[in-house]
Amino acid sequence: MFEAAVIKMIGMGILETLYMVFVSSAIAYLIGLPLGIILVITDKNGIHPMVAINKTLGFVVNIVRSVPFIILLITILPFTRLVVGTTYGANATVVPLIVSAAPFIARMVEASIKEVPEGVIEAAKAMGASTFQIIWKVLIPEAMPSLITGSAIAITTILGYSAMSGFVGGGGLGDIAIRYGYHRYQTDIMLVTVVILVIIVQLIQDIGLKLALKKDKRIS
Amino acid sequence: MDGREVIVKIRDLDKTYYSKYGKTHALKDINLDIYKGEIFGIIGLSGAGKSTLVRCINFLELPTKGEVIFDGLSLSSLTEKELRKARTSMGMIFQQFNLLAQRNALDNVCFPLEIAGVSRAKARERALELLELVGIADKAKSYPSQLSGGQQQRVAIARALATNPKILLCDEATSALDPNTTSSILELLRDINQKLGITIIIITHQMSVIERLCQRVAIIDKSYIAELGKVTDVFTNPQSEIAKELILSHGIKDISFTNERGRKLRIVFDGRSTYEPIISNIVLEAKAPVNILYADTRNIDGKAVGEMVIQLPEDELLSSNIIAYLKQININFMEVEENV
Repeated sequence: MFEAAVIKMIGMGILETLYMVFVSSAIAYLIGLPLGIILVITDKNGIHPMVAINKTLGFVVNIVRSVPFIILLITILPFTRLVVGTTYGANATVVPLIVSAAPFIARMVEASIKEVPEGVIEAAKAMGASTFQIIWKVLIPEAMPSLITGSAIAITTILGYSAMSGFVGGGGLGDIAIRYGYHRYQTDIMLVTVVILVIIVQLIQDIGLKLALKKDKRIS
Repeated sequence: MDGREVIVKIRDLDKTYYSKYGKTHALKDINLDIYKGEIFGIIGLSGAGKSTLVRCINFLELPTKGEVIFDGLSLSSLTEKELRKARTSMGMIFQQFNLLAQRNALDNVCFPLEIAGVSRAKARERALELLELVGIADKAKSYPSQLSGGQQQRVAIARALATNPKILLCDEATSALDPNTTSSILELLRDINQKLGITIIIITHQMSVIERLCQRVAIIDKSYIAELGKVTDVFTNPQSEIAKELILSHGIKDISFTNERGRKLRIVFDGRSTYEPIISNIVLEAKAPVNILYADTRNIDGKAVGEMVIQLPEDELLSSNIIAYLKQININFMEVEENV
């Protein structure tokens, strides 16, 4: 149905999309996970209350989260150029994806960690656990199923953002969809990319849920 | 008991919570000595401050004023690190068990040992021993969600004992359990107290738990200690209003005496007169019939103790004869008001 060149292009698009999504997810988690944990423990009812830090972090997270991705992408172009040396292609998209996703992930992590019952944390404290031990041995393992479910949501959201970056030549499937579907009216190519995006989202969501279920010992 | 060694000493302890709605006094002027090896009960209605008190003992709640001295250490003088170390000598169990849901029974018991830096192999060995002790070694690989409430509490007890604590704090440990399971957990606690010699401090709102397990009790009411003493003394001869309420209400609360005419007495058997036929004697001596409205006897700390509510004849003379006789044979009794 398509020429070999088109198929090759779509194949490259898939790889580029996966590259952008997974690299930015990984780095965004490296930032967002600790951030989310800090948001929980420095809360005034947390295990290590530091209200000033908590309020400041919460404020910064909210600010970044309220900027729509496509606007953030353009706003931070100078920063992107500074970091990766270009504003085009997959590598250039990774930067705004991380900036945008990290605060979002922090909030997801915060919500997951807050699901750990107070009593369990209290029991750990009563046993003489330090703040670090509570984080490492109680909060993260106990919240793990919820963290995994959250990561599936985060990764699919990042996938959606990555497609948007096609508008500024960000590479990947979104780029193809916009270039061929929007600028050249080649609806068939656009449809194929959309179908592939849908399949990728389904796969990530499915794997995430299955992993979370498998991990969760609360349901036997 | 003055010759016994004190393990927990609480002096002039106050706990005040400040919020935007003002001050709340959770605890006021608490003074307590808890002896090594005893089972000590703290009872009160909900909101009386007993949960706060037990959390002040291991400093999960910091007292606003006063001191807690555990095994010779003043907890307020300790650094954060020293306090964590002291806590490993204080086990704690809870109403909701508070097990780690993502760890199996064995790994739950290993948890405090991991925290204390015990090697994995040693921790597992010790954990298995403890699961054996609490009678659920066969459930070592089960997760909390696969265990019943009683089994979960057994795991929690094993976990609390893992670091060889000197005291075990029990915060409403049986309140979420059915009566049979409650009995078996109370037996286990008694067993542990006798086998290991560990001091047990029990917080509860159930008088029956105190009766069956504790040697001494403190009754907390509206942030103060209203009454303190041996369980047998407090039970047979309650002094404070709250003690009377807790003891009376425990068995009698479901029975209404308001329709019965004549004076009603609550007679308490304190174990001295277990083998005397008191009611028969009353009838024979005072030559008057009595009506038994309620009776309950049980084993408290090895003594047969019970209570009975009797209705006296409407005739003033006959009823005063009965009261005179009760005074003569030195039986504890009190008049029951219309609205118990």
